Amino acid sequence: MSHLPRYQQYRPRRYIRRMPISWWVHKWVHMRFILRELTSVFVAFYAIMLVCYVRAVRLGPEAYAALLDWLETPLSIALHAVAAVMVLFHSISWFRLAPKAAVIRVGGRILPDGLIVGMNIGAWGFFSLVLAWLILAS
Amino acid sequence: MAHRLGLPRDPFWWTLFGAGGVMAAFFLPVLLLLNGLAIPLGLVDAPAYARMHALIAHPLARVFLFVLVSLSMMHWAHRFRFTLYDGLQLKHLEGLIMLLCYGMAVLVSAVIAFELLQI
Repeated sequence: MSHLPRYQQYRPRRYIRRMPISWWVHKWVHMRFILRELTSVFVAFYAIMLVCYVRAVRLGPEAYAALLDWLETPLSIALHAVAAVMVLFHSISWFRLAPKAAVIRVGGRILPDGLIVGMNIGAWGFFSLVLAWLILAS
Repeated sequence: MAHRLGLPRDPFWWTLFGAGGVMAAFFLPVLLLLNGLAIPLGLVDAPAYARMHALIAHPLARVFLFVLVSLSMMHWAHRFRFTLYDGLQLKHLEGLIMLLCYGMAVLVSAVIAFELLQI
Protein backbone atom coordinates (compact mmCIF):
# COMPACT_ATOMS: atom_id res chain seq x y z
CA MET A 1 0.00 0.00 0.00
CA SER A 2 2.76 2.43 0.89
CA HIS A 3 4.29 2.28 -2.62
CA LEU A 4 1.12 3.70 -4.17
CA PRO A 5 1.00 7.49 -4.61
CA ARG A 6 -1.35 9.32 -2.26
CA TYR A 7 -2.95 12.53 -3.39
CA GLN A 8 -3.50 15.01 -0.58
CA GLN A 9 -5.05 18.40 -0.14
CA TYR A 10 -2.71 21.43 -0.48
CA ARG A 11 -0.19 19.30 -2.36
CA PRO A 12 0.34 19.25 -6.13
CA ARG A 13 -1.35 16.36 -7.90
CA ARG A 14 1.79 14.58 -8.85
CA TYR A 15 3.62 11.55 -7.65
CA ILE A 16 5.18 12.11 -4.22
CA ARG A 17 7.85 9.72 -3.07
CA ARG A 18 7.18 8.32 0.37
CA MET A 19 10.07 8.98 2.75
CA PRO A 20 11.00 6.69 5.62
CA ILE A 21 9.73 8.18 8.87
CA SER A 22 13.33 8.36 10.09
CA TRP A 23 14.28 10.80 7.28
CA TRP A 24 15.48 13.41 9.76
CA VAL A 25 18.05 11.37 11.74
CA HIS A 26 20.89 11.40 9.19
CA LYS A 27 21.75 15.08 8.94
CA TRP A 28 22.32 17.51 11.80
CA VAL A 29 20.31 20.31 10.15
CA HIS A 30 17.31 17.99 9.82
CA MET A 31 17.77 16.74 13.37
CA ARG A 32 17.99 20.33 14.61
CA PHE A 33 14.76 21.15 12.76
CA ILE A 34 12.93 18.27 14.46
CA LEU A 35 14.46 19.17 17.86
CA ARG A 36 13.28 22.76 17.42
CA GLU A 37 9.81 21.50 16.53
CA LEU A 38 9.84 19.28 19.64
CA THR A 39 10.58 22.26 21.92
CA SER A 40 6.84 22.90 21.61
CA VAL A 41 6.18 19.70 23.60
CA PHE A 42 8.12 21.17 26.54
CA VAL A 43 6.39 24.53 26.14
CA ALA A 44 3.12 22.60 26.57
CA PHE A 45 4.59 20.62 29.50
CA TYR A 46 5.40 23.82 31.34
CA ALA A 47 2.08 25.48 30.47
CA ILE A 48 0.36 22.45 32.07
CA MET A 49 2.72 22.68 35.09
CA LEU A 50 1.59 26.29 35.52
CA VAL A 51 -2.01 25.05 35.57
CA CYS A 52 -1.01 22.57 38.33
CA TYR A 53 0.63 25.44 40.21
CA VAL A 54 -2.44 27.68 40.04
CA ARG A 55 -4.66 24.73 40.99
CA ALA A 56 -2.51 23.86 44.03
CA VAL A 57 -2.61 27.49 45.21
CA ARG A 58 -6.39 27.57 44.72
CA LEU A 59 -6.88 24.33 46.73
CA GLY A 60 -5.01 25.64 49.78
CA PRO A 61 -1.76 25.52 51.79
CA GLU A 62 -1.67 21.67 51.97
CA ALA A 63 -1.94 21.27 48.21
CA TYR A 64 0.69 23.98 47.72
CA ALA A 65 3.07 22.22 50.15
CA ALA A 66 2.44 18.89 48.38
CA LEU A 67 3.30 20.47 45.03
CA LEU A 68 6.53 21.94 46.43
CA ASP A 69 7.41 18.46 47.81
CA TRP A 70 6.75 16.84 44.44
CA LEU A 71 8.90 19.45 42.69
CA GLU A 72 11.85 18.23 44.81
CA THR A 73 11.62 14.59 43.61
CA PRO A 74 14.37 13.37 41.28
CA LEU A 75 11.77 12.71 38.56
CA SER A 76 10.58 16.31 38.69
CA ILE A 77 14.14 17.71 38.73
CA ALA A 78 15.08 15.56 35.72
CA LEU A 79 11.93 16.55 33.80
CA HIS A 80 12.46 20.23 34.53
CA ALA A 81 16.16 20.04 33.61
CA VAL A 82 15.34 18.62 30.16
CA ALA A 83 12.44 21.07 29.79
CA ALA A 84 14.73 23.98 30.74
CA VAL A 85 17.17 23.13 27.93
CA MET A 86 14.35 22.79 25.40
CA VAL A 87 12.54 25.96 26.49
CA LEU A 88 15.80 27.94 26.31
CA PHE A 89 16.36 26.45 22.83
CA HIS A 90 12.87 27.66 21.91
CA SER A 91 13.57 31.20 23.19
CA ILE A 92 16.94 31.56 21.49
CA SER A 93 15.79 30.13 18.14
CA TRP A 94 12.65 32.27 18.33
CA PHE A 95 14.59 35.51 18.92
CA ARG A 96 17.08 34.64 16.18
CA LEU A 97 14.11 34.24 13.83
CA ALA A 98 12.51 37.56 14.83
CA PRO A 99 14.31 39.77 12.24
CA LYS A 100 13.18 37.41 9.46
CA ALA A 101 9.54 37.68 10.57
CA ALA A 102 9.43 41.42 11.31
CA VAL A 103 11.44 43.69 9.01
CA ILE A 104 11.44 47.07 10.78
CA ARG A 105 12.24 50.27 8.89
CA VAL A 106 13.40 53.40 10.66
CA GLY A 107 13.82 56.52 8.52
CA GLY A 108 13.88 54.50 5.31
CA ARG A 109 16.59 52.15 6.56
CA ILE A 110 16.02 48.55 7.58
CA LEU A 111 17.13 47.82 11.14
CA PRO A 112 20.03 45.34 11.11
CA ASP A 113 19.23 41.75 12.20
CA GLY A 114 21.65 41.88 15.12
CA LEU A 115 19.95 44.93 16.60
CA ILE A 116 16.49 43.30 16.53
CA VAL A 117 17.85 40.08 18.09
CA GLY A 118 19.68 42.18 20.69
CA MET A 119 16.56 44.18 21.58
CA ASN A 120 14.58 40.94 21.95
CA ILE A 121 17.20 39.42 24.22
CA GLY A 122 17.36 42.65 26.24
CA ALA A 123 13.57 42.62 26.70
CA TRP A 124 13.79 38.92 27.61
CA GLY A 125 16.30 39.69 30.37
CA PHE A 126 14.22 42.59 31.63
CA PHE A 127 10.96 40.56 31.77
CA SER A 128 12.80 37.67 33.46
CA LEU A 129 14.16 39.96 36.18
CA VAL A 130 10.73 41.52 36.77
CA LEU A 131 9.03 38.11 37.09
CA ALA A 132 11.78 36.73 39.36
CA TRP A 133 11.53 39.84 41.54
CA LEU A 134 7.73 39.55 41.76
CA ILE A 135 7.95 35.91 42.83
CA LEU A 136 10.90 36.20 45.24
CA ALA A 137 10.56 39.66 46.82
CA SER A 138 8.73 39.38 50.11
CA MET B 1 -10.31 17.98 5.30
CA ALA B 2 -9.88 20.92 7.66
CA HIS B 3 -12.46 23.14 5.99
CA ARG B 4 -14.87 20.26 5.58
CA LEU B 5 -14.82 19.91 9.37
CA GLY B 6 -15.73 23.59 9.56
CA LEU B 7 -12.42 24.44 11.26
CA PRO B 8 -10.84 27.83 10.56
CA ARG B 9 -8.05 28.01 7.97
CA ASP B 10 -4.34 28.19 8.64
CA PRO B 11 -3.75 31.99 9.06
CA PHE B 12 -5.96 31.92 12.16
CA TRP B 13 -3.97 29.10 13.77
CA TRP B 14 -0.69 30.61 12.60
CA THR B 15 -1.43 33.89 14.37
CA LEU B 16 -2.11 32.07 17.65
CA PHE B 17 1.03 29.98 17.06
CA GLY B 18 3.13 33.13 16.63
CA ALA B 19 1.65 34.93 19.62
CA GLY B 20 2.17 31.80 21.75
CA GLY B 21 5.76 31.48 20.55
CA VAL B 22 6.48 35.05 21.65
CA MET B 23 4.83 34.62 25.06
CA ALA B 24 6.59 31.29 25.70
CA ALA B 25 9.97 32.65 24.57
CA PHE B 26 9.82 35.69 26.85
CA PHE B 27 8.21 34.29 29.99
CA LEU B 28 8.51 30.49 30.31
CA PRO B 29 12.29 30.13 30.87
CA VAL B 30 12.41 32.28 34.01
CA LEU B 31 9.29 30.67 35.51
CA LEU B 32 10.62 27.17 34.76
CA LEU B 33 14.18 27.81 35.99
CA LEU B 34 12.91 29.45 39.18
CA ASN B 35 9.97 27.24 40.17
CA GLY B 36 11.15 23.97 38.62
CA LEU B 37 14.88 24.06 39.47
CA ALA B 38 16.15 26.92 41.67
CA ILE B 39 13.50 26.61 44.40
CA PRO B 40 13.33 22.76 44.53
CA LEU B 41 17.15 22.56 44.61
CA GLY B 42 17.19 24.95 47.56
CA LEU B 43 19.08 27.76 45.80
CA VAL B 44 16.34 30.22 46.83
CA ASP B 45 13.45 29.95 49.29
CA ALA B 46 9.95 29.11 48.06
CA PRO B 47 7.47 31.98 48.52
CA ALA B 48 5.10 31.50 51.46
CA TYR B 49 1.58 30.31 50.59
CA ALA B 50 -0.20 33.55 51.50
CA ARG B 51 2.18 35.58 49.35
CA MET B 52 1.88 33.23 46.38
CA HIS B 53 -1.92 33.29 46.70
CA ALA B 54 -1.99 37.09 46.79
CA LEU B 55 0.33 37.26 43.79
CA ILE B 56 -1.68 34.85 41.59
CA ALA B 57 -5.05 36.28 42.69
CA HIS B 58 -4.13 39.77 41.46
CA PRO B 59 -6.32 40.62 38.43
CA LEU B 60 -3.31 41.44 36.24
CA ALA B 61 -1.61 38.16 37.19
CA ARG B 62 -4.78 36.24 36.32
CA VAL B 63 -4.99 37.82 32.88
CA PHE B 64 -1.26 37.27 32.36
CA LEU B 65 -1.40 33.60 33.38
CA PHE B 66 -4.47 32.92 31.22
CA VAL B 67 -2.87 34.50 28.15
CA LEU B 68 0.49 32.80 28.79
CA VAL B 69 -0.95 29.31 29.31
CA SER B 70 -3.58 29.37 26.55
CA LEU B 71 -1.29 30.88 23.90
CA SER B 72 1.58 28.54 24.85
CA MET B 73 -0.81 25.61 24.34
CA MET B 74 -1.91 27.02 20.97
CA HIS B 75 1.75 27.36 20.02
CA TRP B 76 2.30 23.70 20.90
CA ALA B 77 -0.85 22.57 19.08
CA HIS B 78 0.13 24.23 15.81
CA ARG B 79 3.80 23.26 15.85
CA PHE B 80 3.16 19.70 17.03
CA ARG B 81 0.53 19.27 14.32
CA PHE B 82 3.14 19.98 11.66
CA THR B 83 5.76 17.89 13.49
CA LEU B 84 3.41 14.93 13.15
CA TYR B 85 2.78 15.72 9.47
CA ASP B 86 6.46 16.11 8.57
CA GLY B 87 8.34 14.05 11.13
CA LEU B 88 6.05 11.03 11.05
CA GLN B 89 4.44 11.71 7.64
CA LEU B 90 0.89 11.56 8.96
CA LYS B 91 -0.56 14.23 6.65
CA HIS B 92 -3.39 11.87 5.70
CA LEU B 93 -4.68 11.95 9.31
CA GLU B 94 -5.04 15.75 9.17
CA GLY B 95 -8.58 16.02 10.58
CA LEU B 96 -7.89 13.74 13.54
CA ILE B 97 -4.57 15.43 14.36
CA MET B 98 -6.09 18.91 14.23
CA LEU B 99 -8.92 17.84 16.48
CA LEU B 100 -6.54 16.31 19.07
CA CYS B 101 -3.99 19.16 19.05
CA TYR B 102 -6.31 22.18 19.07
CA GLY B 103 -8.83 20.29 21.22
CA MET B 104 -6.15 19.71 23.87
CA ALA B 105 -5.17 23.40 23.74
CA VAL B 106 -8.78 24.52 24.18
CA LEU B 107 -9.26 22.05 27.05
CA VAL B 108 -6.19 23.30 28.97
CA SER B 109 -7.27 26.91 28.35
CA ALA B 110 -10.68 26.11 29.81
CA VAL B 111 -9.10 24.48 32.89
CA ILE B 112 -6.78 27.44 33.60
CA ALA B 113 -9.69 29.86 33.11
CA PHE B 114 -11.74 27.88 35.64
CA GLU B 115 -8.89 27.70 38.19
CA LEU B 116 -8.13 31.42 37.86
CA LEU B 117 -11.78 32.37 38.29
CA GLN B 118 -12.08 30.20 41.41
CA ILE B 119 -8.91 31.38 43.14
